Amino acid sequence: MVRLAMIYVGNRETAKDVVQEAWLGVLQGLGRFEGRAALKTWIFSILIHRAKTRGQRENRTIPFSAWSDADPLEPTVDPERFLPSDHPQWARHWSTFPRNWDAIPEEQLLSAETVQVIRQAIDRLEPSQREVITLRDLEGWSSAEVCNVLQIKETNQRVLLHRARAKVRRALESFFDERDLSRPSR
Amino acid sequence: MDKMKTGELACQELVELITEYLEGTLVPNERVRFEQHLTTCAGCRAYLEQMRRMIRTLGAITEEEIPEDALEQPLQTFRGWKHDQK
Repeated sequence: MVRLAMIYVGNRETAKDVVQEAWLGVLQGLGRFEGRAALKTWIFSILIHRAKTRGQRENRTIPFSAWSDADPLEPTVDPERFLPSDHPQWARHWSTFPRNWDAIPEEQLLSAETVQVIRQAIDRLEPSQREVITLRDLEGWSSAEVCNVLQIKETNQRVLLHRARAKVRRALESFFDERDLSRPSR
Repeated sequence: MDKMKTGELACQELVELITEYLEGTLVPNERVRFEQHLTTCAGCRAYLEQMRRMIRTLGAITEEEIPEDALEQPLQTFRGWKHDQK
């Protein structure tokens, strides 16, 4: 819950505060809980609402509308990675293949420095993308649960997830390639 | 993206369909094209595997600091709330 609250507020202390507030909200509202939503999504809706309010008060949250004009069709992989569309045989195919990660040991993937790379990449995401990847991939929620809590459409959720994952992958790719941990995929 | 296109996918198209593929939301026709491309393209197979490995990794990251009072906090909130109710 603290991790989720931190999407919206600046620091861990405030996030803890917000979690506390949210629990209070849950207790106060329990009588009104109609059981239409799963208890989990209801609790998290309260948490997100409180965290957003707090974030806005602290001027941390950028209004989501500010991001909405980001072009959804903008490619998620650097176009330089592909051969030009007028290439006689391999138009828009990889110019250099992505490398293989299968030789990277699990301990390396979950090492403090890799996790740091992931966290930084997630922190740099637009807020709506950060929300979705946090709930889906870090918290392991289903798309239906995420749509429910964030009040967004399934297709929108998927686009946000797609863009978020692509950016985190890119960060990991540069990190592994720099460290020479990946190997050629041919 | 044109869903009714036929013929071989380009790698640059495949990477933009990858989330739909993983979510299982590609229409059957697109799914076939996606998988056909994979059978012949080591680069896209590597890309897909990177994605899968990354997603597994994200799921395995735990909150960096589980406070020792993780349960104590809601309990205290509850006690305070009960007290206020009286």
